Amino acid sequence: MPEPLDDLDVSVWRGTASGGAYQSFVVPTMESQTILDVVSWIQQYADPTLTYRFACRVGMCGSCAMMVNGRPRWTCRTHVRKVLQGRKVQIGPLRNLPVIKDLATDMDPFFDKWVAAGGAHRPSATRHEPIPPVDPAQPARVTASAGIECINCAICYAGCDTVTGNSDYLGPAALQRAWTLLNDAKHDGRAAIFDAVSGHGGCHNCHSMGSCTAFCPNDLDPMSAIAGLKRETAKRFWRRGGS
Amino acid sequence: MLDLRLYMLQRITALVMAPLTLGHIAVMIYAVQGGLTAAEILGRTQGSVFWFLFYGSFVIAISVHAAIGLRVILHELAGLKGLALRLVTGAIALALLALGGQALIAVTWPGSGA
Amino acid sequence: MAGERRVRPGRAHPLWLAFVLHRVSGLALALFLPLHFWVLSYALTAPDQLDEFLLFAEQPLVKFAEFGLVFLLAVHAFGGLRLMALEWLPWSAPQKTLAAGAVGAALFLSGTFFLQVI
Repeated sequence: MPEPLDDLDVSVWRGTASGGAYQSFVVPTMESQTILDVVSWIQQYADPTLTYRFACRVGMCGSCAMMVNGRPRWTCRTHVRKVLQGRKVQIGPLRNLPVIKDLATDMDPFFDKWVAAGGAHRPSATRHEPIPPVDPAQPARVTASAGIECINCAICYAGCDTVTGNSDYLGPAALQRAWTLLNDAKHDGRAAIFDAVSGHGGCHNCHSMGSCTAFCPNDLDPMSAIAGLKRETAKRFWRRGGS
Repeated sequence: MLDLRLYMLQRITALVMAPLTLGHIAVMIYAVQGGLTAAEILGRTQGSVFWFLFYGSFVIAISVHAAIGLRVILHELAGLKGLALRLVTGAIALALLALGGQALIAVTWPGSGA
Repeated sequence: MAGERRVRPGRAHPLWLAFVLHRVSGLALALFLPLHFWVLSYALTAPDQLDEFLLFAEQPLVKFAEFGLVFLLAVHAFGGLRLMALEWLPWSAPQKTLAAGAVGAALFLSGTFFLQVI
């Protein structure tokens, strides 16, 4: 058993869409303990009604993201000792998304915007045609490949202040997906993507404040992807004579 | 809230103002040296086609640029949207154009004022 | 309730600070603009009052405020050029760092020059 002195002072958001408050728990310290371990310990040993979401526990599924000491993080790959402030840890549901209960947020707005940005793949050929070769070193493919490791954890979305102020804004993950497809030779419908990212909630609302890129747990760079969309839509604006 | 058209307007007016701003700062440094009177400024600027075009394009660009910039702030921090946001954006642009036009005429129109 | 839950993320990274600087300077300039236009239009309606204002502008505190305005203008102009370079020029990260360094040096030199002049 760890010394009582070593216990963690954990403050966890409890509540629903209609309100709530932070509740304190004392959680024993363990070796190589992650934030997800802390949340699971509370659920198993202190309060079985605590609601949270996780699946793979190894940073692949993107379902366990939460606000940890004020910053959005993937909790399964975040070690407690890395984020500890004194003995205190504050764990809350992801910012910029409606809360369902406790630490589980409603991800619908996030995925709806992902689709609204043109994120669904439209193949440029059918299964009856030969598979066109893709050269991994080709510049457009390199650009597309830069964004494909996105696990849709919504950490960038929760960290973005533009999303906070502008509820129509599609957000970093959806726009990075649009940029990836725009550079994918096997994706059909570049025009549809251009239209999807040029509207009221499109890429032009981004202020390049870079929290998405700073917070991404997979070291992706949504801010540069959005800059790419701005560049290509601006080029298209001139080509079409200002429209 | 900012579509492609407003974004391009914001960036085009910014590009127009980049050299104008540097010129304006240079003018200020020149004018501040040794102090200045209204007559001294206006003697150089009134009736000058160059200064009329210089500050005329500055006034147009800054009215559009500031209106779009304030539009973004009003939407993100004050939650203004829809028709109200459009009207306020337009009103800011027109008010700045009117005030700026008045200043432009006062400073560059031949023989007015002083 | 929502306000209490929505803890603001720690985000004092350089690009976020650059955004704040750009927004604050832009807002300050936009608020200053009507006043600026109004004072200049005195040249037409009451040149004596403009002279009085320019005399008032000789006071050290006002001089300092003027320096603040020029600083805001320079910060907003260079911040905007930085933003457009970041958005439209497909540069690599080291090139951007170099460019930011160059702009910073230019700002430092011009600022020093400006202080000399004043």
